[in-house]
Amino acid sequence: MTRRDIALLVVGIGIALVLPRVLYSALALRIVLWALFAVSVDLLLGYGGMLSFGHAAFWGAGGYAAALLAKAYQLPFPLAALGGIAVAMALAAPIGYLAIRRRGIYFAMVTLAFAQMLFYVVNELRDLTGGENGVQGVPKILPGISLGRTSDFYYAALPLVLIGFFVAYRIVHSPFGHVLVSIRDNEARAQALGYPTQRYKLIAFVLSGGIAGLAGSLFAIGNSFASLELLHWTTSGSAVLMTVLGGMGTLWGGGVGAAIVLLLEDSLSSVTEAPGIVTGAILIAIVLGFRRGLAPALHTAAVLAWARLRAMRAAREA
Amino acid sequence: MDLGYVSIQLFNGLVNGAFYALLSLGLAIIFGVLRVVNFAHGAVYMLGAFAAYLLLQQFDIGFWPALVLAPIGVALLGVVVERLLLRRLYGLDPLYNFLLTFGLALFLQDAMRLRFGIQGQPYPTPDELSASVSLGPVSYPVYRLFVIAFSLLICVATWYLIERTRLGMVVRAATERAELTRALGIDVDRWVTAVFAIGIGLAALAGVLAAPMRNVAPLMGSELIILTFAVVVIGGLGSIVGAVTAGFLIGVLASLGAVFNPAFENVIVFALMAVVLLVRPAGLFSSREAA
Repeated sequence: MTRRDIALLVVGIGIALVLPRVLYSALALRIVLWALFAVSVDLLLGYGGMLSFGHAAFWGAGGYAAALLAKAYQLPFPLAALGGIAVAMALAAPIGYLAIRRRGIYFAMVTLAFAQMLFYVVNELRDLTGGENGVQGVPKILPGISLGRTSDFYYAALPLVLIGFFVAYRIVHSPFGHVLVSIRDNEARAQALGYPTQRYKLIAFVLSGGIAGLAGSLFAIGNSFASLELLHWTTSGSAVLMTVLGGMGTLWGGGVGAAIVLLLEDSLSSVTEAPGIVTGAILIAIVLGFRRGLAPALHTAAVLAWARLRAMRAAREA
Repeated sequence: MDLGYVSIQLFNGLVNGAFYALLSLGLAIIFGVLRVVNFAHGAVYMLGAFAAYLLLQQFDIGFWPALVLAPIGVALLGVVVERLLLRRLYGLDPLYNFLLTFGLALFLQDAMRLRFGIQGQPYPTPDELSASVSLGPVSYPVYRLFVIAFSLLICVATWYLIERTRLGMVVRAATERAELTRALGIDVDRWVTAVFAIGIGLAALAGVLAAPMRNVAPLMGSELIILTFAVVVIGGLGSIVGAVTAGFLIGVLASLGAVFNPAFENVIVFALMAVVLLVRPAGLFSSREAA
């Protein structure tokens, strides 16, 4: 870890700790969980060059599995989330295996289609999933601790969320992550160097699915509710939107994007019932004007401010 | 098994296939010249239906004129979008235009929802086609037979336009070697816009055809576009014949599958896609990987 990474880490954890104090805690919870979801998308898109438009499948599968486990067996929520991760990864394996047979735009369409398939299947399995009613009354359980208020659950779930971020960070900065980037930049070359590129892509897909599953599990338990909305294709689209808005290939950009989109939707929800007008327009503007997203711009601003500060200090000392 | 039900499902499958074919055909020709997969294609289909609805409500213009006017109007809108937005992203990774059109789809759907509400608006079946006709053991609405026949006709006409006319020749040349075609003194950009307009017009036409059968609603295209993507993955975007054949084939197979379990008609489409990805990942009709 470089000094910059440590500084970012401290700032990130600091923000995560005070977030429920600044905003209301339900919104804070939404932001950190969607940020983790966006990071899972960025892991594939920014580092593997794979645009998954079907990550709602893993977010939703994790959410439903965790909700059902917590409700049926009265499990503590970390265990239910573990179950959610397992189900999401088990689902990501076959979907990933099929999807990596195509590249680029086809990959996006294939993942989108499989996620929609899961949407229909979950809708039809009414006995298990409650169909359009979803799974309601999911308990939030942690032995010895009361999780009645949303802010209690926020702080109880935060360590798991941070572990999720840390896993993503470790993946990206490991030898595995470097191979993934080389596949993104030139798959034929990586292959020629002897890397089994398909296997790398599949492993990345399953890991990313697991992280999305963790985020979805906590989201469903935190809301005491798992619904078809979790699996809808606009959910996948929102995660992609956040990633692109923040800046792909940065990991923390997903967090910036999630915060902006959710704060905007929250303040707009009292004004309009059609937030797609705003989010759609933002996406169009970003793609046309800031293809690298906001994170690089923020980074440049921070670097400039730092340089300015040092110049001022040097001038004062001289 | 009830033979009457099976034959009704066969025709229902052809009707669904007609919509898949028109939509994937439009996607394919747009992809052919622009290398853009238009995520907003379902929203364009919805706009086509609304255009027909508004023509009837506001100007008392009926189905037959709307069948011509609505696609032209929506296609002109498409031209503006192509000139103002899509054009800026040519030469970049096609994923950017995919994202752009996704944003456009969200925008259009919610804008229409804000204006017309989530509820569907009814659209009358034209009088000439409102009867039912007996087909062996069952009777079937004439309008649906018309949809099958008319979309087949449009598909053949589009195929002829692209494969057998001078305009098509220019377009195909521009698709394969844009630089060389320019060097021969042909204004490629103008033709690109024209082909984009045709692709958009086809989606809007599908919307007009859908109006009397399905409710005219802001979200009517939102699930259809994903099913169409599955069709496109199966057929490949590389060929017109492939797009149309895959459209009809999948419509029929899914409907016949629904004879056994009606709940899973849409799931069958995606299952077929999974099988094709396993057996022939490049798509049924494409000679080369066009990723």
